[in-house]
Amino acid sequence: MIPEDLKYAKSHEWCKVDGDVATVGITHFAQEQLGDLTFVELPEVGDTFEAGAEMGSVESVKAASEIYSPVAGEVVEVNEALADAPEKVNEDPYGAGWMIKFKLAAEPAGLLDAEAYAAVVESEGH
Amino acid sequence: MKTIFEESVPGREGCWPCEGMSEEAYIPKEMLRDGEIGLPSAGELDVVRHFTRLSKRNYGVDGNFYPLGSCTMKYNPKFTEVAAAMPGFTRLHPVLPQLQGAGGLCQGALEVMYETERLLCEITGMHAFTLHPMAGAHGELTGVMLIAAYHKDKGNKKTKIIVPDSAHGTNPASASIAGFDVVSVPSNNGIVDPAALVEVLDDEVAGMMMTCPNTLGLFESNLPEIVRLLHEKDALLYYDGANMNAIMGKMRVGDVGFDVVHLNLHKTLATPHGGGGPGSGPVGVSEKLLPYLPVSRVEKQEDGRFRLNYNHPKSIGYVAPFYGNFGVVLKAYAYILRLGRTGLIRATENAVLSANYIRKRLAGHFEVPFDRICMHEFVATAAPQAEKGVHALDIAKALLDKGYHAPTIYFPLIVPEAIMIEPTETENKATLDEFIDALIEIAERVDTDPASIQAAPVTLPVTRLDETRAARAMELTDDL
Repeated sequence: MIPEDLKYAKSHEWCKVDGDVATVGITHFAQEQLGDLTFVELPEVGDTFEAGAEMGSVESVKAASEIYSPVAGEVVEVNEALADAPEKVNEDPYGAGWMIKFKLAAEPAGLLDAEAYAAVVESEGH
Repeated sequence: MKTIFEESVPGREGCWPCEGMSEEAYIPKEMLRDGEIGLPSAGELDVVRHFTRLSKRNYGVDGNFYPLGSCTMKYNPKFTEVAAAMPGFTRLHPVLPQLQGAGGLCQGALEVMYETERLLCEITGMHAFTLHPMAGAHGELTGVMLIAAYHKDKGNKKTKIIVPDSAHGTNPASASIAGFDVVSVPSNNGIVDPAALVEVLDDEVAGMMMTCPNTLGLFESNLPEIVRLLHEKDALLYYDGANMNAIMGKMRVGDVGFDVVHLNLHKTLATPHGGGGPGSGPVGVSEKLLPYLPVSRVEKQEDGRFRLNYNHPKSIGYVAPFYGNFGVVLKAYAYILRLGRTGLIRATENAVLSANYIRKRLAGHFEVPFDRICMHEFVATAAPQAEKGVHALDIAKALLDKGYHAPTIYFPLIVPEAIMIEPTETENKATLDEFIDALIEIAERVDTDPASIQAAPVTLPVTRLDETRAARAMELTDDL
């Protein structure tokens, strides 16, 4: 469950770059560890983030957890559907469960490919 | 069991105080409500039986063992309630010490505050205490504000607070509310690694918040080194004393060099909590933070009388109305005096011994990721069981069927499938053994009959709840 065509952050966010726009969400591993999500808090359109900055949070029946921006840029779209249906992140983390679209302020850097991210997941004891 | 609303029968009612009078005769007409108010109709005996039945379904520490420990529920000796109920205290008005000439009417209460501060200083090795913060997290915020006041007074430009990943979750929240940026430092083998600390330590660090023992129940054995590193940068050390019941009488945080500590009287010194009852989170400071403590400060005059002093120009001001939760402070004072030095040390030793006894007896049945001598609690993992389809949640639910409250699960976050067990100092060996036997039986059933654990609880008034739906679709059923 680690698609080859995406880039990953060690903090378990994924990122798909298309031109100067990056779509961001959390990985299958992240949603599996969190369990059923009950709330997703996302930034607003127009907010800007540095790579690695805290951009929102997710709550599950087990825990609350921060999500970090894997890229630097300005929020151009957020997945409004998650406000009423956080389960989309559990059901389809790389599809309907996407969270934010960024207009990139810089070329993404320091992200992992699928193989390197698989090693991170492995090292966390699975 | 039906709700009181379902038991309602129109026309049934209890004893009415003004039998035979119309409502208008004793309630002004304009105050009377129009129409139905939606409350159930029931006779007095119906109500008594309903709520008595309901109370029998309650689970309390007076009836059963809680592996949740001091974090949520531990037994508090009843004599402290007697002390707090004494009319000489309960009938005092909190404004008395501030009224001209009325100080003589509340000397006893002022003495209790003065003496409690003195005793807490003795227990922790700190220079001074304030009793004002109303609970642990309030104490944390007060403590971080004291750190901020210190740096501001000295003209230091400090923006960051360091918090280890094994700290209490309230620590980063308190630092953030006080206006600091929070920097996390990863733990190594369960405790803070000075080498990792050096990586994030710079001149902008205002302080560091340590929880010791940390949330893994482990003693932070590098404290002197950490204190030295922070003080070299004129950064202050904050000690989250929520787990003080593991070190009380064994180590004084002031002697180690900490600048601020908060205690949870309701966790360490036997005052009730849980269910939102009043807490108390006194904050102790080293000498350099004394000028900034909240007002008022209780003082002993040369003639032996006590008074409140509000004249502290560098104080951070008021953090609570009056003097904190005085009744809770009073219970802690009674507890400290009753147990004395020997008793407090024994309480610590028993808390640590009980946790280690359970940890050792569970060996071979549950994996403990940082398996060494623990303090008052330890964290096991159900990760091996989870691979067989039985999760920490299922094991906790199965304990309910065995007559126990569930332990804390899925915390701390750094241990997957965490099961955190804290027995506290008050339980005897027989109780601990019964609890351990129950856990071992559940662990064995993971291999023989996992479905029975996944289905638990089956013996309680309500069985497995849909926690996800409860959180996603919150709904109040009665529309009054």
